[in-house]
Amino acid sequence: MHINTFFKQNPGNKVIWNNIPKTTKNKFVPITRLEQFRKFSNSRVFCHKEITPPKEGEGVKINFITPEGEKITINANIGDSIMDITQAHDIDLECACEGSLACSTCHVIVDPEYYDKLDEPTDEENDMLDLAFGLTETSRLGCQIVMRKDLDGITVTIPSATRNMRLEGKK
Amino acid sequence: MNKKKYSTFNTSSSPFHLAVIGSGPAGFYTAYRVLKEHPNTLVDMYEALPIPFGLVRYGVAPDHPEVKNVQNRFEEVAKDSRFTFIGNVKYGEDLTLKDLKLQYDAIVFSYGAGQEKTLGIRNENEPIKNIFSARAFVGWYNGLPQYRDLEPDLICSDTAVVIGQGNVALDVSRILLTDIVELSKTDITEYALETLKNSQIRNVIIIGRRGPLQVSFTAKELREMMNLPNTKFYTDFELIKNELSTNVDIISKDRPLKRLMQILEKGMENTSGYKSWSLKFLRSPDEFIAHENDDPSRPKYVRAVRFHINRLEGPLENRIAVPTGEMEELETGLVLKSVGYKSIPLEGLSFDENKGIVPNHKGKILDNDNNEQPGLYVAGWLKRGPQGVIATTMYDAYETAEVIVSDIKQDKPMLSNDTFKYGSKVIIPILHQRGIRTVSYKDWKKIEEKENEAGRAKHKPREKFGRVEDAMQVLDT
Repeated sequence: MHINTFFKQNPGNKVIWNNIPKTTKNKFVPITRLEQFRKFSNSRVFCHKEITPPKEGEGVKINFITPEGEKITINANIGDSIMDITQAHDIDLECACEGSLACSTCHVIVDPEYYDKLDEPTDEENDMLDLAFGLTETSRLGCQIVMRKDLDGITVTIPSATRNMRLEGKK
Repeated sequence: MNKKKYSTFNTSSSPFHLAVIGSGPAGFYTAYRVLKEHPNTLVDMYEALPIPFGLVRYGVAPDHPEVKNVQNRFEEVAKDSRFTFIGNVKYGEDLTLKDLKLQYDAIVFSYGAGQEKTLGIRNENEPIKNIFSARAFVGWYNGLPQYRDLEPDLICSDTAVVIGQGNVALDVSRILLTDIVELSKTDITEYALETLKNSQIRNVIIIGRRGPLQVSFTAKELREMMNLPNTKFYTDFELIKNELSTNVDIISKDRPLKRLMQILEKGMENTSGYKSWSLKFLRSPDEFIAHENDDPSRPKYVRAVRFHINRLEGPLENRIAVPTGEMEELETGLVLKSVGYKSIPLEGLSFDENKGIVPNHKGKILDNDNNEQPGLYVAGWLKRGPQGVIATTMYDAYETAEVIVSDIKQDKPMLSNDTFKYGSKVIIPILHQRGIRTVSYKDWKKIEEKENEAGRAKHKPREKFGRVEDAMQVLDT
């Protein structure tokens, strides 16, 4: 089918010739639907929750080590879970069951110094941790760790399950 | 001079057209990840039913609603303007590989495992009533149209035998033993609830050919069994104790196994109850036995299952069941075979019959000579076999998505590189010409609204349409 015939058959889809995304500069790209643009450079499309940042001097520090080894420090609210924090700050931590203890995708590895300060995991959390990839002695579910004053400065590492699977053949 | 370089529709800058076959977790998670990692993509997802979500809807137990939270992510994907859902289209029948090749740069096959494994025992293929695969039984209570008319008889006996010791086996057992009031609050189908309301099944015997250390169910599901009210638990505690003490070194290093065994060893606190469940080990089914019945027009009901009694041999990592020569017969009126699912090959796909999967390298489909097939990918159970939880499928789908994105970035050959693709813009009119009523995501939301409405009236999350025609009727009014 020729492109012109196609567009004649789809009168609702206006061709916008001058609206070219940055990445394809100097190339002619017909974009058939305007809405497509909205999502092109938007990384927060799949983000669930917004939280208000803590007031000056009221937050607690949490450090994330990403699977790529990058360290991200966040000033978080007391009472927010690690799941809340990662979602609000667009840190790549899955939460397939949204904190209902039905999966292990928000698995994080806690700095041993802070691990002991946490409340003991429940049986239900342990049941899910048993299914986590690359389980360690200080593994927890991110949805079950709620920030408190005494957790100020905590470091958690986000393991990469996909990376484990691909490079080390773990499953 | 390369002509393509100057063509108006340079393939590297026009949107990447991806078709996804199957709308379960594997399909949605692959779509999600590709859309995220390569924004200039248009995804069209084809589904045989007018209803999306595959096993999240038809596999996950109705009393595990929290597992279904994953649907929220799928919902977000579906709302993305780069995503199109095309339901009520059967790949291989309504739509061929040839159709898709012309309109897409790549295809992801994620249609899962549509069949069950068989036991290969005597009388398995005889028309004996009340022997079902767990897959069919789960599909029946969860509203999978294929099994709407399964009609299990739960009145004829007080005992059910479940063959297999995985999570599906525990799911079907739990549904049989759970209080009807509890079940009525879930999205279990009304017709199944009616049948279960009158159920006489009080005892469920769950059978495995090997020992307690070889079970494949997990802690959450076992714990739920142990917490069933008014239910007693029987098992061979002697065997469990023996197996645990002889393998203590290995178990202590395996945290999930150790915890699972602790739950098993502890058993149930209930010592009374009018219901019971049992874990029976070291039994391999040998034959289904039907009731004697001289009238050929009347269906024969199952009366018993005969088993070989096994003993265990070999090291723990490769423990095998060896028949002792002794046999045992278990009287039962209902048999559920829960020994796993299997995928079936569809048109145009290479297939590994032994493993029951499409041969692939990290999700890229290989032909019979192990060569990568341009533009063809696989995810989920069709890729790695029918096992694991939704999270396993999620990671596995992400792997496929990452391979797709890396292939795009490396400019690897796709289905065909010379023509501009139109995806569903062209495919949907073709399907309409073929007389197929395609179902859009908006259509599905209408169906869903009806289901939710009917659910509210019954104080449950939803009342699923058990028949495709009924769901489709919503769209005609």
